[in-house]
Amino acid sequence: MRTQNATAYRFLTPYLLIFAIFWVWPIISSFLISFQATRTVPWRFAPTFNWGRLIGDPAFYNALKNTLLILVIQVPVMISLAIVMAVLLNSPLLKARGLYRFAFFAPVVVGEVAYSAVFRLMFSLDFGIINKLLNSVGLPKVDWFSNVTPAMALIMIAVTWRWAGYNAIIILAGLQSIPDDVYEAATLDRVSRVKQFFHITLPLLKPVIVFCAVLSIIGTMQLFTEPFLITERGGPGGGTETLGLLLYRQGFRSLNFGYASAVAYTMAGLAIAITLVQLWLTREPK
Amino acid sequence: MSSRSQARLGRSLLLHLVLTPLALIWLFPLWMMVVFSTMPDNGIFSPDIELLPHGNFIDNVNNLQRDTNFVGAIGISVSVAVTYTFLSVLLTSMAGWALARYEFHGKGAVVAIIFGTITLPYAVVLIPQFIMVARDFALANTWIALIVPPLFNSLGVLFMRQAFSMMPAELFDAARVEGVKEWRIFLFVALPLARPMLAALAIILFLASWNNYLWPLLINSQPGAMTAPVALGTLIGLTKVSWGGIMAGAVMLTVPMLIVFVLLQRHFIAGIAAGAVK
Repeated sequence: MRTQNATAYRFLTPYLLIFAIFWVWPIISSFLISFQATRTVPWRFAPTFNWGRLIGDPAFYNALKNTLLILVIQVPVMISLAIVMAVLLNSPLLKARGLYRFAFFAPVVVGEVAYSAVFRLMFSLDFGIINKLLNSVGLPKVDWFSNVTPAMALIMIAVTWRWAGYNAIIILAGLQSIPDDVYEAATLDRVSRVKQFFHITLPLLKPVIVFCAVLSIIGTMQLFTEPFLITERGGPGGGTETLGLLLYRQGFRSLNFGYASAVAYTMAGLAIAITLVQLWLTREPK
Repeated sequence: MSSRSQARLGRSLLLHLVLTPLALIWLFPLWMMVVFSTMPDNGIFSPDIELLPHGNFIDNVNNLQRDTNFVGAIGISVSVAVTYTFLSVLLTSMAGWALARYEFHGKGAVVAIIFGTITLPYAVVLIPQFIMVARDFALANTWIALIVPPLFNSLGVLFMRQAFSMMPAELFDAARVEGVKEWRIFLFVALPLARPMLAALAIILFLASWNNYLWPLLINSQPGAMTAPVALGTLIGLTKVSWGGIMAGAVMLTVPMLIVFVLLQRHFIAGIAAGAVK
């Protein structure tokens, strides 16, 4: 095929222009800003100013610890749940499939603010429906907002509720692309359904699951709205403070763009590192 | 009954026994959102367990409107989401078309860069975007600030590239032989053929704009310029505020999208699943 440079770039230009202005330049710019002292005008180049502070900042380590803790617990739980949802929804024995699909997929359309408000109300100490229900079956009330462990659990529950169905949609699409004759052959050979799941379904789903895991890790890495609104600015006492919140606080409350950019690049570095590890762990055996 | 169909019945029963409680738990927050939105504040903050809707929805909407201009914010959200969806569908399908149907210098680099941005956290561009739009362009609290920066969308381009590259080349070559210009082929041959994919993309983009929170929170923070989620978010955590009102706002943000979801489920699911099936 002959090259069609002029035509192709005419179609691409508007998109690439937006990309250059609002992505390429900012990626470079925030890298440069992270090496500048931005608390005084004019900004000046000070290579260790923000990064030096970051390395010794307890608030940074607290946010990093919380973010990683949420990451290593919430993402595997959610992905496992999403796999269970997708496999069960895919069963030919299921009746009223539409209703079940609605139940699991509906949170996908719910905005962060709307669901944060509902979770905050549902889990409130004295009047929250969750504590009332716990009480009614004889369990003690949980103070979801004043203690760190329940507050972290609440954030993870909320994020899992919001995103499990989203991942289930992707995994279900992956399941439906597995040809039926694979299972027919296994059934003829009297391979049990549990064995079929672990030895046929899961290996074939691996690329899709990795895709979901990578997207979830990048999403959770930037977690902001839930600790901002549900546990009120990362409370109690910074117990649910995340890197996303730290960036918001430093960048847009203290207007310290240099330090916030250093936090942003730390998040990017972590996301890229985790993605690479994930891809390496799940690489195709040669 | 044969033992085989008995086993089948048992498995079916087990399936529904596992899935039904899980589905009810998943529906519970949405159900409670509706219930709370219909309760007076003294009902929400009472020691009783209330699981059924009351009749206070309209009062709550009025309470919300008293706390913040939510109707105005909804107006902004709708206008912005519609404009954004139209522009973004246009830009991403043009770019997807170029990547699917033409050979040109730098194609590999463009595709690689677009893929690369998928795994790059948005946090990295947030601060310079803010400085640029708010300070350099002085566009804070405008519609342009809400619409233009999010127009870059990598999954959308990859989705449309996939859609256009699956179409048979003869369709377009026939038009070319007759001397039809490339942009007319794109507009009048390719786009109509891609209608189901465009619908899926449009729904996903509309939803993303409608629910977008962090960027509008930062860039449009003045009361008259806030989108609906931002306006609602400002109320959460205030003391003298109607929680019934907040819940009515949450319902107004959520229920229209749920209805769209039910009506256009197929497109919705296609749009989301497309991310993984490359």
